[in-house]
Amino acid sequence: MYRIIEKKHLGNNVEEMVIQAPYVARHCEPGQFIILRVDEEGERVPLTIAEYDRIRGSVSIIYQVAGYTTRKLSEKKEGDSLTDFVGPLGRPTELQPLKRVIGIGGGVGAAPLYPQLKKLSEMGTSVDVILGARSKDFIILEEKFSGFCKNLHVTTDDGTYGTKGLVTGKLKELVEAGEKYDEVIAIGPVIMMKFVSLLTKPWGLKTSVSLNPIMVDGTGMCGGCRVTVGAQTKFACVDGPDFDGHQVDYDELMRRQSMYKTEEAHSCKIGLRPA
Amino acid sequence: MSPNMSPRKVPIPEQTPGERIKNFREVALGYTPVQAKEEALRCLQCKTRPCVAGCPVNVGIPEFIKKVAEGDFDGAARILASENCLPAVCGRVCPQETQCEALCVRGKKGEPVAIGRLERFVADYAMEHMSPDLPEIKKNGIKVAIAGGGPSGLTCAGELARRGYEVTIFEALHALGGVLMYGIPEFRLPKKLVAREIANALALGVKIEKNVIVGRSITVDELFQEGFQAVFIGCGAGLPSFLKIEGENLNGVYSANEFLTRANLMKAYDFPNVPTPVKIGRRVAVVGGGNVAMDAARTAKRLGAEEVFIVYRRSETELPARAEEIHHAKEEGIIFRLLRNPVKILGKDGWVTGMECVEMELGEPDASGRRRPLVKQGSNFEFPVETVIIAIGGTPNPLIRQTTPGLEVRNWGGIIVDEASMKTSKEGVYAGGDIVTGAATVILAMGAGKIAARAIHEALQKKTLSKPREDPPSCKNSGHDRKRIFLFDK
Repeated sequence: MYRIIEKKHLGNNVEEMVIQAPYVARHCEPGQFIILRVDEEGERVPLTIAEYDRIRGSVSIIYQVAGYTTRKLSEKKEGDSLTDFVGPLGRPTELQPLKRVIGIGGGVGAAPLYPQLKKLSEMGTSVDVILGARSKDFIILEEKFSGFCKNLHVTTDDGTYGTKGLVTGKLKELVEAGEKYDEVIAIGPVIMMKFVSLLTKPWGLKTSVSLNPIMVDGTGMCGGCRVTVGAQTKFACVDGPDFDGHQVDYDELMRRQSMYKTEEAHSCKIGLRPA
Repeated sequence: MSPNMSPRKVPIPEQTPGERIKNFREVALGYTPVQAKEEALRCLQCKTRPCVAGCPVNVGIPEFIKKVAEGDFDGAARILASENCLPAVCGRVCPQETQCEALCVRGKKGEPVAIGRLERFVADYAMEHMSPDLPEIKKNGIKVAIAGGGPSGLTCAGELARRGYEVTIFEALHALGGVLMYGIPEFRLPKKLVAREIANALALGVKIEKNVIVGRSITVDELFQEGFQAVFIGCGAGLPSFLKIEGENLNGVYSANEFLTRANLMKAYDFPNVPTPVKIGRRVAVVGGGNVAMDAARTAKRLGAEEVFIVYRRSETELPARAEEIHHAKEEGIIFRLLRNPVKILGKDGWVTGMECVEMELGEPDASGRRRPLVKQGSNFEFPVETVIIAIGGTPNPLIRQTTPGLEVRNWGGIIVDEASMKTSKEGVYAGGDIVTGAATVILAMGAGKIAARAIHEALQKKTLSKPREDPPSCKNSGHDRKRIFLFDK
């Protein structure tokens, strides 16, 4: 069992948990993820690692309460335990010191973005960030990013905080104003990563994305997480989750992510899966 | 007692096909004691014991069958268990027809003795009736690590624990058993039974670390740093192969691994009572002809598919699945489309609508000894289906080889071992099962685990310069640690 050491509300339906998981904490690196099961009958759900503490042997995860399992997870309190928590999974992000990088975190995508940017900053890279969300309540980790980011930009769809608009609008504005970046790291909803990549491709601006397709085991066994990258099939769990954003077939990924939409809706209707 | 000279095996009672395609309960129901004794009397008790030579774990076959014939089922169970830690599993899933039973003298004129059915009977009897019979084990304090809790790792762990080693199994998933849990379906191998048999095999104090991936959570070199004196790698041929044809990433295309893992390990057949779903179309095509293909096809049928097809590129003679599985599949209405090969998966709006296939014909035998399938030019045809399950095998998981310097592997990723000891190119590291052979059988993996255990024991005894211990006591009926069962019971 894996004990919940801390639990915090970060915003609207967004929560953070610090989990006692020594094996994960010992080796995890930015970009990697874990799979958890809340209880014995639970489904296996992948979540990215936001922070880790090697000495304490703990790992922090950030999730948005959106479906059946995240709701069950949210019912757990500090001191409770999760049945299963396995990792680190996936390849660590290949981070090299660059002159200047801008990160784009959409919604809870800010969570996996955080350790990547932080490490880059520690390597001496000058780091900027754009945090985007539907509205103010969904902007997370702003304080943490502001600790090391040179410039922090916020966009919200409804204009309740920061600039009204999308992250792509902000990125375009910055680049057109003459800001120079060596790389963009974009993590968030697939649609966001798609449009960031479409925007940066003509500029020849290297863009890295982190994908979160449906998967079962996370170790390469099921192949459910296959994505098309540069016309080749890759398993996000063992070949990724980070890929060159300009090579990913996002439309296929979105389709594959919606594979169980009807099942999810069905469970909601009969009360087993509160939406 | 005079032998039973009937040329045929005593039939094993089964659920009727019409009944069983509506449930996930076991197909075969097992012998009654009367049937078991009757079948056991077909054994001629040959002095030369040809059947034993066909068993990868050297079960004393005539000896245990003799006890069955005498009605001494306890005695039979002890003999069986002294060589095989998972007899209820092996009695169900071993390909006896190419191993022990293939060498049975009775098979020359009629059917061989039903060794597998008798093994199953004895193991089930023991599990139900026999009380724990735990031998005293003196721990020697020497730590051995096992990567992977499938058939080879479990066997290696059980054998070493019986010899006094402090064994830890590191398992990547949330349940032990490997393919026994995620791959082979409930109707062929009930999971409760697997869990109990594993618990018994490991009751001699094997430590279990679930949710630990050797190669990610911890490396082989770190295991040595932590004081493990030997490491056995048995983590299987986990990565599913795909056909690499157009349309393979459409919604509705599964690897057999994913399809079966959802259905077995995650119990998707019980959705929405469990949270993991599985999609099943009205018409399902399973590509491949092995046991896994049969398992996937029969699972699809039970999940409600109206028509399920096996699409295989060679002919019936070359089907790699066991005859019994093919027979059961046919009984259940699985339709065999042989000498057909998909070249494209067709889709609409992102979902599978069919397959484009070509007809095949057989040419000269290839490296595998089977006749090579050749495409009949211009024979393309379309074939409407909503679900496609790819069951064409897999390749070894790369995590360990990527993170273990000094470990030599073949070009397809299999770990290279000395077959007499299962020793790898890296000092103190042994390997067995599918990660060495590529996709093979449960019993071959168990045999490898057993050989490795013996070799590890010899090497470590030499290293510590102490006398080798006596032969290990039986591992059977050692289920004293009933709490442990809950680890797997789900």
